[in-house]
Amino acid sequence: MHDIFAPAVQHHAPPTSFIRKHVFSLDHKVIGKQYYGLALLAALIGMFLSWLMRIHLAWNSAAIPGLHLLSANGAPGDQMTPEYYLQLMTMHGTIMVFFVLTTAPFAAFGNFFLPIQVGAEDMPFPRFNMMSFWVTFCAFVALMTSFFVSDGPTLGGWTQYAPLNAVGPVGGPGQGTGVVLWMVSIALFCVGQLLGSLNFITTTLDLRVKGLSLMRLPLSAWAWFITSCMGLTAFAVLMPACILCILDHVAGTSFFVPSNLVLNGQILPHSGGSTLLWQHLFWFFGHPEVYIAIVPGMGIVSHILMANLRKPLLSQRVILYCMGALAVLSYMVYGHHMFVSGMNPYSALAFSFPTLIITIPATIVVLIWLFSIYGSKLRINSASLFALGFISMFVSGGVSGFFLAQPSLDILLHGTYFVVGHFHMVMGVAAMFGIFAGTYFWAPKMFGRMMNEPLGKLHFWLSFVGTYCIFMPFHYLGLAGNVRRYASFVDDYLQPLIPVHRFITIAALATGAAQLIFLYNLIHSRFWGKPATDNPWEATSLEWSTATPPPFDNFGGKHPVVYHDPFQYGVKSSVGDYVMQASPEQVTTEHEEE
Amino acid sequence: MAPQRFSVAISARGRRVSARRISLEKSKVGRVMATTTPEPPKIDLRRREDSGNGGWRNLVPANGAFRVTEDCSPPPSSTAIWVVLFAITMMFAAFTSALFVRKGSSLDWQSFKLPSILYLNTLVLVASSITLEVARRRIATYMGSAIKIESETPARWLDVTLMLGLLFVIGQYFAWLRLRSEGLYLATNPSSSFFYLLTAVHALHVLGGLGGLIYVMRKLKRSRLRRNQLVAAARYWHFMGILWLYLLAVLWLKL
Repeated sequence: MHDIFAPAVQHHAPPTSFIRKHVFSLDHKVIGKQYYGLALLAALIGMFLSWLMRIHLAWNSAAIPGLHLLSANGAPGDQMTPEYYLQLMTMHGTIMVFFVLTTAPFAAFGNFFLPIQVGAEDMPFPRFNMMSFWVTFCAFVALMTSFFVSDGPTLGGWTQYAPLNAVGPVGGPGQGTGVVLWMVSIALFCVGQLLGSLNFITTTLDLRVKGLSLMRLPLSAWAWFITSCMGLTAFAVLMPACILCILDHVAGTSFFVPSNLVLNGQILPHSGGSTLLWQHLFWFFGHPEVYIAIVPGMGIVSHILMANLRKPLLSQRVILYCMGALAVLSYMVYGHHMFVSGMNPYSALAFSFPTLIITIPATIVVLIWLFSIYGSKLRINSASLFALGFISMFVSGGVSGFFLAQPSLDILLHGTYFVVGHFHMVMGVAAMFGIFAGTYFWAPKMFGRMMNEPLGKLHFWLSFVGTYCIFMPFHYLGLAGNVRRYASFVDDYLQPLIPVHRFITIAALATGAAQLIFLYNLIHSRFWGKPATDNPWEATSLEWSTATPPPFDNFGGKHPVVYHDPFQYGVKSSVGDYVMQASPEQVTTEHEEE
Repeated sequence: MAPQRFSVAISARGRRVSARRISLEKSKVGRVMATTTPEPPKIDLRRREDSGNGGWRNLVPANGAFRVTEDCSPPPSSTAIWVVLFAITMMFAAFTSALFVRKGSSLDWQSFKLPSILYLNTLVLVASSITLEVARRRIATYMGSAIKIESETPARWLDVTLMLGLLFVIGQYFAWLRLRSEGLYLATNPSSSFFYLLTAVHALHVLGGLGGLIYVMRKLKRSRLRRNQLVAAARYWHFMGILWLYLLAVLWLKL
């Protein structure tokens, strides 16, 4: 029977040609780095767009030199038109949410480290994995292409609400080709993430080495696993929504456009579509997407904190259950994005309740982190600083979520900068800090060289102070009634708030410039950094028990056997105060001495 | 995962103390918190040729012994196929819930009679599931038998399944032609939009299943087939049948 059975995992041979090695590579490590590079490029573009928007908001009539080169129609005489502002805003949101916050913490780090942390040689379906990256890359190209079509990218916001997303060019600049490119891009992105999730889930469930029971997985691996389960459910719903919208555009169907819609003096031929249908489909994806961005960060931060606290967190199991609870609850709360859509107040109540409940697991996780840090000797380095920054941002941004979860308050705050401040802190900056923490922690393993610590700390303090300067005033602006999505503030009551906007803009320019320190650090240490040892942080999980950088098959032809959970810090062993997961050493417990 | 000491912590004098109290005491002594060390796992060395390394069955300790992890897991493709089927389920759940919402939200819905060839197609698809199951069993027996006679390769049942699958797709095409001849196009009415959409997306998935069958047949011809690949292809194919029955019910009830 066995003679026609091949081994379960297809081991592919190390590639030799440049293209197979670095471009169309099947190796999960190369694919992880490719995702990281894509996210880095996307983050730089997204940041640049935010600079343009901020300058325009603070100095409304000022010309931005050279802007007409980006878009002759959108910025005649270097003056940004309101439509062009909305186009930049849409692209900033789309690029950041999809191509940075989803790809970097989940696809980039997950691809590189999940197989190593479970002791596998590669993902079970390397071809799907390669396809996953290249489809995502095509999605990015499709999105970027819309900058170069005649009327520019879409202006509908990253949520692309109906019916504006389906009416065609009559809806404004970018609502013709631009929005179709957006839909195609996001549908492709969904395909890429579905393929990625398939690999992540099967890697975690089926490729663990001997002795590595599910409960012995590091929290980072758990976070990627939970995220891939969320992604599988969420992206499989967003893709049909995009298909329906594309059909409304190109085939004249009426899924989202209602009857007798008059736009710019023109009656549209569509009939009877449901605009709320798009919101339901979108937010069923959209809210879990927030957790897709943040849960990997939670796993990464827990992983890094333990290595620097030199002791296990108060309870890994509770953190794990809380991450699972966040994943499940994230599907029950999506209606809180639609409180002002005219839905039945009773449904608003039904969505408000789980929204308040979802703060409980998030709070438990934060409390576990804080109480574990309390009274401990934390090793201060760039990675642990960014992990602390993650917690700070997550709490500061999360607290405003309590206010927004109340439908009565949300009616007032929904259209203001309060919401902008809330989601930028809790989802955007917190997830970015998770990415930075992961980079400083894992770059030695990924690239074989240590990053510069003083520069990393400088980067942290500038980013930390800078992001608070940017996003805290947003909450104040929101409470003062400053509407969001406006390209300029000309109303009387908004005039006193302009100085606040100028302060934010200066902070944004400075904080953005501070990211160039990180970019320099990353590139410089990649080539000229101090060579890294196999286990520079004295950490326990499997990625630190292999060579730096890991060989093609991750463990050099060996299958590690796992003897411990990854939290064995603060013990006495032959190597120090920790014992590696793959070490068969029996260690003595260090009892408390009174 | 090691049992956590902080949930129920006993101080030296035998009192239950809070976690905070312990960490304060620790910081006074200047020591890190103690961890217990689990006994290394006993590895069960039975290993199936076609298995992965660790496997999801590690969820359950072997023979109830907490520290023993079982080392025979299904190969990744048998997990992967469920993942794929779940994603497809979510996708069609989204499409059909869109149908319900769209029908309920306006008055422009015009029902039409489903082309009767659909019922014939249904029979064809059900028959293809049966022939595939026959093929799967015969191939399993064939792979398990010691002596292999070339002429007895049970591939012809796979050929029949492939033919029936193609017949189904062609039948769906005839259903579209029928609708076209009645003047019902994609954009004519939301009911026809959903009809074309659901049948076309399903037909695309069926074509994907046919690709999977061709892959299995090529592997079988070269004697490189693994049982789990066949099982995965069969699960996918049966799922296409179930999905079609669901879609037919939705179309029949709602259009």
